[in-house]
Amino acid sequence: MKIGVLVNEGPYTHEASDSAYLFTKAAIEKGHDIYRVFFYHDGVNNSTRLTEPPRDDRNIVNRWSELAKAHNLDLVVCIAAAQRRGIMDENEAKRQGKDAHNLADGFRISGLGQLVEAGIQCDRLVTFGD
Amino acid sequence: MFTSSEDMDTDEGGIVKQFMFVNRKAPYGTVYALEGLEVVLISAAFEQDVSMAFIDDGVYELKKGQDTKAIEQKNFSPTYRALEGYDIEKLYVEKESLEARGLTEADLLVDVVVLDRAEMAAKMAEQDVLISF
Repeated sequence: MKIGVLVNEGPYTHEASDSAYLFTKAAIEKGHDIYRVFFYHDGVNNSTRLTEPPRDDRNIVNRWSELAKAHNLDLVVCIAAAQRRGIMDENEAKRQGKDAHNLADGFRISGLGQLVEAGIQCDRLVTFGD
Repeated sequence: MFTSSEDMDTDEGGIVKQFMFVNRKAPYGTVYALEGLEVVLISAAFEQDVSMAFIDDGVYELKKGQDTKAIEQKNFSPTYRALEGYDIEKLYVEKESLEARGLTEADLLVDVVVLDRAEMAAKMAEQDVLISF
């Protein structure tokens, strides 16, 4: 089955991102095709590479990056939601005159059209959030 | 107001699905209503069969006479009146949610179809894609 995943909450405060990650991993293991994971609302905070949890805790951001690398996942962060919350890739930081960028490996920034497109193309769009 | 059409390829090979955006939150306490509306407006460019449902505190999004000056936030409620211009005309509001909040259709700033809970559930069951905010 072709599956799209929508992550609407940030890391650590909500379990939504953990659940989305575990669901995505399990779906891949079962042989499903993850078409795209889209990060919206505070979900964009799952993509900052400056995340540094205590050593005995899971690293939610790195875990997504590693899963993306292993399975060639398309992790898309909404640009409008990301800009509000201070998530930038290198190009965007340059364009906005910022002195830093923080988008983690394996993520890319794009528009909301990518979410609608996932809804159109996938057999299921699964939302994780409040 | 909400136009960000970057890298948008809206030709999806003629696939038309029924999309329903379910609005459950009050307009200002959290950002869900505002950012949800942004998705709805973008979806209009994809020529899908789009509708919106308003349930729970989501019915407050459509309340007339919103004044946000004191909370220093943008009053985005006029955008709901602009939806018609995007061909988004199917707005469903749950009767029980209105009643529980002492509201009637006359308190709302756009024309809507009021459905009871069972009718709303049936409408949701017809959809291909439900996105809930």
